[in-house]
Amino acid sequence: MADKNNNYWKANIALIVKCLSIWFVVSYLFGIVLVDVLNTVRMGGYKLGFWFAQQGSIYTFVILVFYYAKSMGKIDKEFGVDEK
Amino acid sequence: MDLQTLTFLFVGVTFAIYIGIAFWARAGSTKEFYVAGGGIHPVANGMATAADWMSAASFISMAGLIAFYGYGGSVFLMGWTGGYVLLAMLLAPYLRKHGAFTVPEFISDRYYSKTARVVAVICLIIASVTYVIGQMKGIGVAFSRFLEVDYETGLVSGMVIVAFYATMGGMKGITYTQIAQYVIMIIAYTIPAIFISFMLTGNPIPQLGLGSEMADGTYLLDKLDQVVTQLGFAEYTTQARLSTTNMFVYTLSLMIGTAGLPHVIMRFFTVSSVKAARESAGWALVFIALLYTTAPAVAAMARLNLMQTIDQPNAEQNLAYADRPSWFKNWETTGLLKFEDKNNDGLISYTGDKKTNEMVKVDRDIMVLANPEIAGLPNWVIAIVAAGGLAAALSTAAGLLLAIASSISHDLLKGVWRPNITEKEELRYSRISMIGAILIAGYYGFNPPDFAAGTVALAFGLAASSIFPALMMGIFSKKMNKEGAIAGMLSGIGITLLYVFQHKGIMFVKSTSFLGDMDPNWFLGIEPNAFGAIGAVVNFAVAFFVMTRTAKVPAEVEKMVENIRVPASN
Repeated sequence: MADKNNNYWKANIALIVKCLSIWFVVSYLFGIVLVDVLNTVRMGGYKLGFWFAQQGSIYTFVILVFYYAKSMGKIDKEFGVDEK
Repeated sequence: MDLQTLTFLFVGVTFAIYIGIAFWARAGSTKEFYVAGGGIHPVANGMATAADWMSAASFISMAGLIAFYGYGGSVFLMGWTGGYVLLAMLLAPYLRKHGAFTVPEFISDRYYSKTARVVAVICLIIASVTYVIGQMKGIGVAFSRFLEVDYETGLVSGMVIVAFYATMGGMKGITYTQIAQYVIMIIAYTIPAIFISFMLTGNPIPQLGLGSEMADGTYLLDKLDQVVTQLGFAEYTTQARLSTTNMFVYTLSLMIGTAGLPHVIMRFFTVSSVKAARESAGWALVFIALLYTTAPAVAAMARLNLMQTIDQPNAEQNLAYADRPSWFKNWETTGLLKFEDKNNDGLISYTGDKKTNEMVKVDRDIMVLANPEIAGLPNWVIAIVAAGGLAAALSTAAGLLLAIASSISHDLLKGVWRPNITEKEELRYSRISMIGAILIAGYYGFNPPDFAAGTVALAFGLAASSIFPALMMGIFSKKMNKEGAIAGMLSGIGITLLYVFQHKGIMFVKSTSFLGDMDPNWFLGIEPNAFGAIGAVVNFAVAFFVMTRTAKVPAEVEKMVENIRVPASN
């Protein structure tokens, strides 16, 4: 029982680390730290860095949260800890 | 119909709807009052969370700030959405599993201590009241324009309505009204954006219009860069907010703060399950993203329209003061827009140079409300924007007041000082605390420390430095003990308040700012509004240091942590 819950928690942490890495890259790296580099690339009227800061990061956040919810649903079932 | 009549009509009808819903869904029990009985559908809850969350700062103030800060305004866009990723993964599901009514209640259970609960209440009240102060500025701006009176009169009328409205319903009423308010708000925000985007670029979707070409074949953003730099302002798409470090820390502070704000966290106590809590965060973010991805388009297009209305390529053809349009006159009445004819030529010259600039005051908070008028949109569009702005301010003020009231009546009175009071008395005390909070916030509404969004950013810093770390450690560390958590919260909020007060004045009284509100005195060039992230780091560090030197966590608390980590009850 305790072992199973431990492994479940580890799987959760691994998923969180994966999601938050993407979260960090699109906002802090693409939107802030590397913005000048990305701005040399253009996407229509948008400079790419500017686009990530004002549009792209937000779209990514939405996808991440749903991806996390869905994956956790699967992990819950796999470990038999889902709500019945 | 003229604008004034239309505005009264729209605002009147929407208010009647809110009050009707609040009355229909009024709370009978404390469980209904605090967490709406715990059975709201994830999509509905997501929508209510979005309305609760998107305040006057998002609706009225944010696009105005972006319009003037350009790229630097991105901190608000990323900061106020990215926090939901943290909330969905690090806090919401586990707090729902635990099943407390309020944030301090969870802290008191997890840290087996009434002192921890009192400290959490204090942090919560400081952060929430600062947040309500930010709302009051927005409410003042919206009501002054809507009633065509000066800012102060507008503020007082707004306070009365908020007080009446928030004390009535409790969480159940608030949840259902917020769904209605979200709908009004998003319609009010997107309709003018669609119109303006279509007029400027031929593309009706603002998110795409912002990256499109204008009639003359140049891209809108390039045109804007060109117009503003010619007049001596910084280039729109690259002007950073102070420094890269400052932007990084500011964004982080807003994100952690989002995840640490009690009125948002409380929203996840109202859903039926752990799974629903995770999904609900996603839906909230969808509804928020609709407005937040529109905002940059509103900002850039409003700035372009404003500049092009006043300044002409040849300065001798600038707009004459005598010919100023009616929106200009209306905003002059509120005192939030001021012109001074420095060279006495009767023409308005709006430039980036302080010496020649004649638009001596353009309050950023008026941009969104003025935008449809500047673009010359029909009166009904302007009226609906006014209704939307009021919906935004009201819904958030109500949610915050509820968080403040519940922490005083449920956590302090019922939880610590007077455990024997009846449900009825508890409800009465929570209504009294709401009125108290409105009066304090109203006072600061008369002496606002910053623009609405700036003040709200301060509130986030305070939540980021105190509540978020305590909650996160409570879930992710089985070993964190009460001594560590209490020391962490106190030092986190303490250092943040100290930093803010030394630059913005003690209790925001300007003359007492002993280090001055100027950049040379800022730590690593970080502005006070952005300091919450540093406060959070201090909080974590102090908590872990104290933990290693004090008594271990009791075994049953470790069990409790293991239990909140899994969705199934066992």
